[in-house]
Amino acid sequence: MSSKDSTKRTLIVAFSLCVVCSIVVSGTAVILKPMQDANRILDRNKNILIAAGLFDPQQDGNELVAERFSQFSTYVIDLNAQRVLDVQQLEELQIDIDVYDQRLVINDPKYSEALERQEDVANIRRRVIYPMIYVVAEDEEIETIVVPVSGYGLWGILYGFLALEGDANTVKGLAFYELKETPGLGAEVRNPRWTALWPGKKIYDEAGEVGLRVIKGQGSGDYQIDGLSGATLTSRGVDNLIQYWLGDDAYGPILAQLRETGL
Amino acid sequence: MSSVKQILLTPLFENNPIALQILGVCSALAVTTQLSVTLVMCIALTTVTAFSNLFISLIRNHMPSSIRIIVQMTIIASLVIAVDQFLQAFAYEISKNLSVFVGLIITNCIVMGRAEAFAMKNPPGLSFLDGIGNGMGYSLVLIVVASIRELFGSGSLLGFQVLPLIENGGWYQANGLMLLSPSAFFIIGFFIWALRSVKKDQVETREFRMASRSTQDGAF
Repeated sequence: MSSKDSTKRTLIVAFSLCVVCSIVVSGTAVILKPMQDANRILDRNKNILIAAGLFDPQQDGNELVAERFSQFSTYVIDLNAQRVLDVQQLEELQIDIDVYDQRLVINDPKYSEALERQEDVANIRRRVIYPMIYVVAEDEEIETIVVPVSGYGLWGILYGFLALEGDANTVKGLAFYELKETPGLGAEVRNPRWTALWPGKKIYDEAGEVGLRVIKGQGSGDYQIDGLSGATLTSRGVDNLIQYWLGDDAYGPILAQLRETGL
Repeated sequence: MSSVKQILLTPLFENNPIALQILGVCSALAVTTQLSVTLVMCIALTTVTAFSNLFISLIRNHMPSSIRIIVQMTIIASLVIAVDQFLQAFAYEISKNLSVFVGLIITNCIVMGRAEAFAMKNPPGLSFLDGIGNGMGYSLVLIVVASIRELFGSGSLLGFQVLPLIENGGWYQANGLMLLSPSAFFIIGFFIWALRSVKKDQVETREFRMASRSTQDGAF
């Protein structure tokens, strides 16, 4: 047995390798974390602006995001109590609005909950109880409300933002920022030609139920949107997430509150 | 041909990791629907292969053979995590598109294959170049596959519309098959066929011949 194969040598090599590799891995992770966080927040804010029709990714550069996003006020809401959380409640929940990221707490039982099979229309299994909503208001008059939405498509969960007019009923725009759908088929939910079908559509019918549907074939009127051809399951996923998130179990009551009494 | 040049260039056509060694095909199917994503994947894989070869070669004489594979895996995995962190910091959009596939470089057979076959026996400088060469061989095939898939699947290259699609008022009907993984199998198949038609020495000798009916009868 040569000296490099001795037990002592093996242990020394294994140990020093572990030390060196863990320093490299944790070093890069720690040093690059601020940049990664900044990227994540920039990406989120950009997609909020895209949903609200305030940013065109084909033309506008990332440097415009911060300035345009500054008109938004961020609120955290409680989906179970159906109210907007105030400063004190945020403190009790240890939510710091500047760094809070609802995507990161999806598995934390303090901030999220599992959904029962029959109420899980959007097929997402868990939801964050305290999502963030983004509002533009001028003199107490609400102009835009942006809410995060998510739902299962064909290959995975689609994450996006839905923007509404101040009446909390008319759609202003829809933008998905993360999806695993097939490029060219399901991923066309991000095609500007398809998202252009959304602005102006109404969500709630006279009875106050969610009337907006993504349907197969030619959609007409205020409540119908053409599904994507070749992407039936993705279209159904988008339909489901609209039914779920705007329904009574999710943003429905909060939106009704905003519509009637303002912020 | 000098040995440096040879190490760099033979993996392109003579000894291509995908076309001849048939390694790393899984990621060649998964990340080739868009050329821009493919390019980043190629750079990531080439970096990881080159540096893992370099580091493994540096410590090859101290590496106890009993834990050889684990040592190689640890080095490769650390490099992949570092690359993934860099992508998230500097190319966020693309790292979102690549999602899980950067992590899967760890299991990419090319990286392990070169570490075991080349870096364990050769000095660091040459091993580094071997990693670059094999990364380029991998990239060559991926770029060919991705160009074909993006061009015929979405009518664009690097995101620029080349063939105007019918959906957008043009004349080109996108080929949906090109967007699905099996099409990469066909394209890689044709690539290997073309390569072996030119370079006949790459055609494998048959491992066995079908026995004819008469000899089979005779055997029993």
